Amino acid sequence: MNARVWNTLQQNREERLQRARNVLGSDLAGKSLPAARIADLLHAVLENGDRVCLEGNNQKQADFLGHALANLNPERVHDLHMLQSVLALPEHLDVFERGVASQLDFSFSGPQAARVARLAAAGKLNIGAIHTYLELFGRYFVDLPPRVALVAAEAADRHGNLYTGPNTEDTPVIVEATTFKNGIVIVQVNRIVDELPRVDIPADWVDFVVQSPRPYYIEPLFTRDPAQISEIQVLMAMMAIKGIYAEYGIQRLNHGIGFDTAAIELLLPTYGESLGLKGKIARHWALNPHPALIPAIEAGWVDSVYSFGSELGMEEYIRARPDIFSVGPDGTMRSNRAFCQAAGHYACDMFIGSTLQIDMQGNSSTATAGRIAGFGGASNMGADARGRRHASPAWLKAGQEARQGSNAIPRGQKLVVQMVETFREHMQPAFVDRLDAWTLMEQADMAIPPVMIYGDDVTHILTEEGIANLLLCRSAEEREQAIRGVAGYTPVGLARDRRMVENLRDRGVIRRAEDLGIDQRLATRDLLAARSMKDLVRASGGLYDPPKRFRNW
Amino acid sequence: METLNYRFEQGQRRLAQPPQVVGVVSSGNLEVLIEEAALNGACEIKISTAAVGFGPIWQAVMQDFQQRWQLADTRISINDMGATPAVVSLRLDQAVQTMLGEAP
Repeated sequence: MNARVWNTLQQNREERLQRARNVLGSDLAGKSLPAARIADLLHAVLENGDRVCLEGNNQKQADFLGHALANLNPERVHDLHMLQSVLALPEHLDVFERGVASQLDFSFSGPQAARVARLAAAGKLNIGAIHTYLELFGRYFVDLPPRVALVAAEAADRHGNLYTGPNTEDTPVIVEATTFKNGIVIVQVNRIVDELPRVDIPADWVDFVVQSPRPYYIEPLFTRDPAQISEIQVLMAMMAIKGIYAEYGIQRLNHGIGFDTAAIELLLPTYGESLGLKGKIARHWALNPHPALIPAIEAGWVDSVYSFGSELGMEEYIRARPDIFSVGPDGTMRSNRAFCQAAGHYACDMFIGSTLQIDMQGNSSTATAGRIAGFGGASNMGADARGRRHASPAWLKAGQEARQGSNAIPRGQKLVVQMVETFREHMQPAFVDRLDAWTLMEQADMAIPPVMIYGDDVTHILTEEGIANLLLCRSAEEREQAIRGVAGYTPVGLARDRRMVENLRDRGVIRRAEDLGIDQRLATRDLLAARSMKDLVRASGGLYDPPKRFRNW
Repeated sequence: METLNYRFEQGQRRLAQPPQVVGVVSSGNLEVLIEEAALNGACEIKISTAAVGFGPIWQAVMQDFQQRWQLADTRISINDMGATPAVVSLRLDQAVQTMLGEAP
């Protein structure tokens, strides 16, 4: 019997590096090569069928490397297995269109969702699974370690040390998973400098550095112009603050990305203040640096913010508020998506966010027919952390409500709030009998329908019609009527059992604005602490510098 | 465009106030005029809407509105540019609350 070889990965790595050295010759200076040779490097190190992790999430993108990959010769490199947090750019799908890659495991594909569905239907793209971020990161270390990682950094020094700075995001997870399984790490940098502000990734975890002809693309995804917040969103924000934040005394939380939650952020220093809630709610956040949070921070509401990524234009504001944000010795922020997802899951008492569709069990999905969009972070934020053991008043109260009248052993529960207007744009009802996710499952031949947040994790549904507290429901029927009871004039809302809904209202399972003592006359845009981008800049003392597309002055 | 008319008899509450205009005619929004009118105790609502085919929803929204307020001798004219039922209800409630100086 032949003795088993135990270091095939190391040997294979050496072969790849040797091929690269041979091809690049004197163009390779240390770890650095000219941008013009990137295709030669990729052809040299890639092998058919490789698992390739291309860094790209909902914020920063290794776009130069992604473009180079998409333009490789499919006769030389094909059937790559792409691992990606987010499919955001056209190049991310060109690799499948051109036959360079054929297999995909990912989390989210918002902007490219329709094209993902088309390519999957055409058989050019085979989806392994749609994941949440933490789940995908976890698999990088278990059964999906990348052979080659293509990542982005702000700057490198001559040795290959990297500064990833405020938008560190996914880089540490990808590089660690690749390096310690003897894969190859290739990084595009905006600049090569003699001395870095700080080292975020050490040089011996990096194999090749290429200075990109242009800075990596980054999306200001978390910037919400207060001018677009509606009065309905103000009303819903008032209900959220009074009916949920104050009710449970929520100190630690994560907000979704939409205008609904931006309205809450902008109501803390006004409406929240008038209710005497400062210091009692919303002190610690797992949140990107939302510009809409500036007025609350300036008014002294916020103790800390830990971020998944950064946000364009917030750099100087963050630098000037180091007590609030996670800032390195050099003065700039460091984000880390994996740690922040873990923080959002385990260290927060509440997640509140929007969705597109909710069914009568409370299952919530952003999948609509013909679009394979995926989940991103909401599924980890919006799930009870069953591994949690530390108590807090909000967590305990939610657990008590869910267990009232049963002899289950005491434990708490995470508050998971879905906040949605009953009708979306073009009068599309947000409440439905059957999620589009079922149709998508059939179209794309998935094992299960792609549900973003499962109904048994949802504790509250908040619409302009009121709050349904699902923790207090004692049967599937009650739960269904509680959901119908806040579904307004949608077909499923109109089909409610009016007597049962009134009964649920008497028991406080459903609470309408007037039940909460909210004066609807106050629900105007005047209640927002900032009503425009300019107001946000002013609130920051001129430190916030919004991207051009948000400037209209 | 579609025009919808509703009349609810035997209201309880009169709005002895000058006419009130709220909202604006812009996409996703609506304009509401509320005024006193000798209608034999009824409340009449006339809706001109850009979105065709939502008659049953309008009827339900207006019924609930009248059930909340029980208005008498009141004429309400609505110019709608595709507002959701939420916006319609909020505008109407805000206008009536302002005229009555109270919540329902």
